[in-house]
Amino acid sequence: MVEHQSPLEPEFHVGSHGNFEHGVEIILTETRPGSIVQLAAWPGEEKRLIAAIRTVTGLALPDGAGGGVSDGVKSVFGFAPGKFTVADEAEGLAAAFAKVVTSAIGTVTDLSHGRTAIRIAGPKAEWVLAKFFAIDFSLPAFPNGAGRSTAHHDVFAQIQRTGADQFDIYVFRSFARSFWKALCHASEEVGYEVQ
Amino acid sequence: MLITCPYCGPRDVIEFTYQGDGNRERPDPASQNFEAWNAYVYDRLNPAGDHNEIWQHSGGCRAHLKVVRNTLTHEISSVAFARGDHGSAARHKAEDKA
Repeated sequence: MVEHQSPLEPEFHVGSHGNFEHGVEIILTETRPGSIVQLAAWPGEEKRLIAAIRTVTGLALPDGAGGGVSDGVKSVFGFAPGKFTVADEAEGLAAAFAKVVTSAIGTVTDLSHGRTAIRIAGPKAEWVLAKFFAIDFSLPAFPNGAGRSTAHHDVFAQIQRTGADQFDIYVFRSFARSFWKALCHASEEVGYEVQ
Repeated sequence: MLITCPYCGPRDVIEFTYQGDGNRERPDPASQNFEAWNAYVYDRLNPAGDHNEIWQHSGGCRAHLKVVRNTLTHEISSVAFARGDHGSAARHKAEDKA
């Protein structure tokens, strides 16, 4: 099997950093999912694609724009009209979807090697992310499981809330290291731990 | 300036790309009606007031949007998917402006 290498490696320093004398308020880590897949439905085929997502992952997408759900192993969220990002700890998600999402329903794009998934958690997670993205991170506006597409300095980011104070951020692999460094710098003043 | 994307909700204008005047009607590509082509390429209303525009949410869901913007006040009075309604995808209406 091919060994996965992280683009963050040269800048990934496990331990506590920054101003942590008064406690660590941010936990940063890389979730390293085995599969990241992007699905798109042709116009009018959205419901069939949502049914296919349920067949393959067992996850039932809630109604509405940006709706999503995560069971801790698999995650899915809408990021654009009729388009969804699905991640799984296991490999082989794209092949599983290719069998179910026929060419009449939509498309499957395997991004497992194209995106890096960074998890930020802790009581100050919303506060740190608010430095990066001009969107509302409060729980009522950004409910658990939901996804958002936005950008930081023209670098796309897809963000899913996977806990009350936890977010998974999917960024381009080639920009991941610089984004990670920026995230570390932004977390310094509240103290962060890399796990 | 905030634009309320029908999918993503209110977002800063920095996430959007202006795609031009929304009043233009492209002639049939085979058309030899030069006046129609001239109008499509050059004629603009340039109103001092409400203006139909096409914007793309390029830093978000990447949908193309029909926007009515007031050129005097920058007030956005209407935002809709340029391709028509995406079924239940539309969550935010223009009046939900933050």
